[in-house]
Amino acid sequence: MGTADILIKFALILIIFLISLVIAMYSTYAERKLAAFFQDRVGPNRAGPFGILQPLADGAKMFLKEEIIPTNSSGFLFIVGPSLAIMTACIGSAVIPWGQQLTIGSHVIDLQVTDINVGVLYIFGVVSLGVYGVMIGGWASNNKYSLLGAIRAASQNISYEIAMGLSIIALLMVTGSLSLKEIAAQQHGWHWNIVYQPLGFLIFIICAFAETNRTPFDLPECETELVGGYHTEYSSMKLGFYLFSEYINMFVSSAVMATLYFGGYNFPFMHSLGLSANWVTILGVIALFIKIFAFIFFFMWVRWTIPRFRYDQLMDLGWKTLIPLAIANIVITGLFITFLK
Amino acid sequence: MESLSNKRKVIESKPLNFWERIYLPAILHGLSITMKHFLFKKDVTVRYPEQKREFSENFRGMHSLKRDEDGRERCTACGLCALSCPAEAITMISAERQPGEENLYREEKYAAVYEINMLRCIFCGLCEEACPKEAIYLDGDIVPADYLRKDFIYGKDKLVEAPLNQ
Repeated sequence: MGTADILIKFALILIIFLISLVIAMYSTYAERKLAAFFQDRVGPNRAGPFGILQPLADGAKMFLKEEIIPTNSSGFLFIVGPSLAIMTACIGSAVIPWGQQLTIGSHVIDLQVTDINVGVLYIFGVVSLGVYGVMIGGWASNNKYSLLGAIRAASQNISYEIAMGLSIIALLMVTGSLSLKEIAAQQHGWHWNIVYQPLGFLIFIICAFAETNRTPFDLPECETELVGGYHTEYSSMKLGFYLFSEYINMFVSSAVMATLYFGGYNFPFMHSLGLSANWVTILGVIALFIKIFAFIFFFMWVRWTIPRFRYDQLMDLGWKTLIPLAIANIVITGLFITFLK
Repeated sequence: MESLSNKRKVIESKPLNFWERIYLPAILHGLSITMKHFLFKKDVTVRYPEQKREFSENFRGMHSLKRDEDGRERCTACGLCALSCPAEAITMISAERQPGEENLYREEKYAAVYEINMLRCIFCGLCEEACPKEAIYLDGDIVPADYLRKDFIYGKDKLVEAPLNQ
């Protein structure tokens, strides 16, 4: 690997990092704006035209707020919590294939930071790590509400990770690969995995809602019961990091869903348009982002529609419904592969 | 027993059927409802500072000290408004009209200082009713917000009507 390749990788990492931050920033704006539209309101419209500068104002506010560290909290862990949350949220996007290849001069640039052959497992690992930020933060706050939120987050993530993993196993039986790049490439044309794994996708998206702590599974932070849940004691940018990591998580899980089930960067008729390879790649990136935005929209749409689950209902759904369903999905997929192929 | 209001309703709680138990149809129904609001319903917001609702006819807003038809201040600083004020928001200092000021003040006595504390004022309109000279009316706009308490004490510069255009 030459210096140029390393520089290109660095540039790619930087670009993806910036894109995830900007998208997370504007997700907060989109969330408020969409919430307003769903409720026949206007939404933020003071900062700039249509309130387009609202995220900047929010960010500035977060930075300028007083930073409070409770006396009885464990100081180090109190800071580690949000750092871990935002870090794990950011590294998830490393294995997502954003597009095919760009050829600039003699350099062939893969639009993927790294193609590890266990990409799916990597994402799972990162997602599992994500709960540590919430748990450590909640525990370090030394506050009963935070602790309850943290416990809820931990048990919820563990419960739903099982169902998520099982739904992925069925997908892996179809694709035969753990590399996200290969999974995306296999879905060329209309062979999107959603066609082969509709039930698996349903389970996956429900678990994704639970993993990102979004309504209807936002029990770790439910304002009405736990004040703010795990981030009750947090203020200033540390709170900002927690909120931010939620949106980055949402972006990454949208990207993962688009890649695993909705063809990634593939779009219909991509090779019958008669365009050069570079243009097809760029259009593919745009197609992927359209899919991601559609998923983010769906996340928000659901948030402003469905009320929160009760805790026992959440556990019921996870253990008694989704896990058996996911196992049934594996069996059905196995039967199909054995007898029909 | 017959209930008194006849409004009693016996509620049966049936066990959920299959479709209700898998949640999804209800969720889809909910999603369609919110989407209808997203697409078709117009927002009901009044964009306040730019867009204002009409006041009702008997709305009581900021006070104004009136002038008569010749543009002279009507107030004679009798103090009845201050006396009637239940919130004790009004204070004034009276002064005697000097020769040559007949075009400024209608009576021989006038208010040299007239102050209303808008934070105390409850906009009840009793000053308006008490005034024998028809000099004060609560016919203005909403009193605007401000940063400092002292800025809510409105003097004659803000209260007296603009002079007539000759």
